[in-house]
Amino acid sequence: MTLPATPTGAEVAAAETERPTGRHAAVPTQRTGRRGRAPLSENKKAERRLGWLLCAPAALVMVAVTAYPISYSVWLSLQRFDLRFPDQREFIGLENYVTVLTNQFWWTAFGVTMLITVVTVAIELVLGMGLALIMHRTLVGRGIVRTAALIPYGIVTVVAAFSWRYAWTPGTGYLANLMSDGAPLTERASSLAIIMLAEIWKTTPFMALLLMAGLALVPEDLLKAASTDGATSWQRFTKVMLPVMKPAILVALLFRTLDAFRVFDNIFVLTAGGNETSSVSMLAYNNLIRGLNLGIGSTMSVLIFITVAIIAFTFVKLFGTAAPGSSDEERR
Amino acid sequence: MADIVLDKVSKRFPDGTVAVQDVDLEIADGEFVILVGPSGCGKSTTLNMIAGLEDISSGELRIAGQRVNDKAPRDRDIAMVFQSYALYPNMTVRENMAFPLRLAKMDKDAINEKVDEAAKVLELTALLDRKPANLSGGQRQRVAMGRAIVRQPKAFLMDEPLSNLDAKLRVQMRTVVSRLQKQLGTTTVYVTHDQTEAMTLGDRVVIMRGGAVQQVGRPQELYDHPGNLFVAGFIGSPSMNFLHAAMEDGKLRTALGDVPIGERIRRQLEAGDAPRELILGVRPEHFEDAELVDEDTRRRGMEFEAPVDIVESMGSDKYVYFTVEGERASAAELEELAADAGAADFTGAGSSLVTRLSAESPVAEGQNRRVWFNLEKIHLFDPANGRNLTLHEGRAAGALAD
Repeated sequence: MTLPATPTGAEVAAAETERPTGRHAAVPTQRTGRRGRAPLSENKKAERRLGWLLCAPAALVMVAVTAYPISYSVWLSLQRFDLRFPDQREFIGLENYVTVLTNQFWWTAFGVTMLITVVTVAIELVLGMGLALIMHRTLVGRGIVRTAALIPYGIVTVVAAFSWRYAWTPGTGYLANLMSDGAPLTERASSLAIIMLAEIWKTTPFMALLLMAGLALVPEDLLKAASTDGATSWQRFTKVMLPVMKPAILVALLFRTLDAFRVFDNIFVLTAGGNETSSVSMLAYNNLIRGLNLGIGSTMSVLIFITVAIIAFTFVKLFGTAAPGSSDEERR
Repeated sequence: MADIVLDKVSKRFPDGTVAVQDVDLEIADGEFVILVGPSGCGKSTTLNMIAGLEDISSGELRIAGQRVNDKAPRDRDIAMVFQSYALYPNMTVRENMAFPLRLAKMDKDAINEKVDEAAKVLELTALLDRKPANLSGGQRQRVAMGRAIVRQPKAFLMDEPLSNLDAKLRVQMRTVVSRLQKQLGTTTVYVTHDQTEAMTLGDRVVIMRGGAVQQVGRPQELYDHPGNLFVAGFIGSPSMNFLHAAMEDGKLRTALGDVPIGERIRRQLEAGDAPRELILGVRPEHFEDAELVDEDTRRRGMEFEAPVDIVESMGSDKYVYFTVEGERASAAELEELAADAGAADFTGAGSSLVTRLSAESPVAEGQNRRVWFNLEKIHLFDPANGRNLTLHEGRAAGALAD
């Protein structure tokens, strides 16, 4: 192939953007390799500028409503700041963090939160998958089945939590009466079990909804192919459906894990954190709002934020390699 | 390997629609049978019933002499190839092809050997470690074929396997499928809506319409001796020309002039319940430029003159479109065929006639041209039920036969 006297990289890039169809066949060698380093053409620059301008309003709102509060609480967490003793306000560096991280209440609450998160998300995943399969497969009364399944999620958490609390109140509650030994919300283990039950009851439909979206992604032909290939229905589920659904499952898990880690309302209503059933959110609330200790409270909030960020980061990392059939998976 | 017998197989859906009605079909061991028809004719449903992916409402299905109505797909020992390829996106090519063998609990070495062998036949060896997402359409289709052949099943079922490929590749893959089937000698049922594929691939073709079998036969037989209007119109490209014809004074009055008829047809048409209005069918290749026809041939046909509308030169011959006056042929079958071709609302005025003339013909657009057509090759259809009236003992004899 004979090339014309080589134009500069910039000219080539410009020619390509202006005439997208014309030059491809003629200059393949120049296209690959040089393009990344070539200075941007006017056209490209203008496009990039427009892109930033279009993003700007959203970016500004984000800064106003998230970046500012986050940095303010980080700032607060570095101070001794108790509203009961405002005179003693003072910058103390990481001392609050040392206080919190060496405190057994924090670690108990952290353990409780982790326990609730892991147990509820795991059970919700299994139940949610079952519910999603039912909703996906139902042919008659599809709308009714789906609506009915979603009712728990539609109820305000606090209202639902109160109904659970009444149900478990000794003497009057219908669930408490089923048990002989009275007051389950006064003991730690049974309290935690009830909190988890309430959480699972409430958010399984949400999990199911997310998973159902994933089920819709599994092509019917794939399942047909698997059954002619000799797969039992369980093998079809584990070897074909689950791998194809993996991205949807990860999204559902991420959403639910983040939610579950911030559990608050159920605990607040059911036990108010009694018998060491506080979650980290409860603890932060107690210090910040009830105790008026802005320094310690903010420190806890920041720690919760960091944990949530780590969870999110881990999941996002998992996504990157997990999306099956993503086209550039192997080309990289 | 096995034969497949469908004995009055029907499919009724719960809402009352009948997708397939009383299909009787015997597919011999090693035979390559094509199910063809327009969309919604029940061909895919029939295939799915053979595969076990749809329940059979009534009738009996036997594979290798054994009733399999109630068997799950995995117990029928058949392999299916889908239009969408249906490759497992999370598995490599090797894993995809090994999947049925792994489910059958075959040991690893045997699996590898079989997969390598199949990959070699289909020229997939270099691609074995790729994921389906990184393959082209043709490669994916070959993997799907590979997954079917590794198992050496009793039968292959193929559901429009080439329809997602571009035209050139489709022609190539057609020969691959054909060669593979001959090599393996496995009974194959192949569904397509493309009549060219049906004609070129199959030992026998089953033409379906509205859930019922219209005609079963070898491709050439269906082409030469169509049993009814639907088959005549469906097979052949460009398709058969249909003209309105009226029986008057022992002749057929058509837009191409008065067509004489032979003794046998006359007797048939003069019977009490015979239709007075008919549909005349002529294939494009049975026309010829009148100048190029020698005396001997001329006697076997008749001539007419019509204005040339469009000339398409194909190199080997010319497709010439004429406009002819007169009533359009109309029948339910023809409307269905037009709808399938996507031309239901696109008809234009008058009838258009497609002819295939010799390349030597000096025909030009805009002029009037004399054209001859072969009376021995024409078909007459009853518009009420679509039956081919020229068919005598299964063979079409033209209008002149005595």
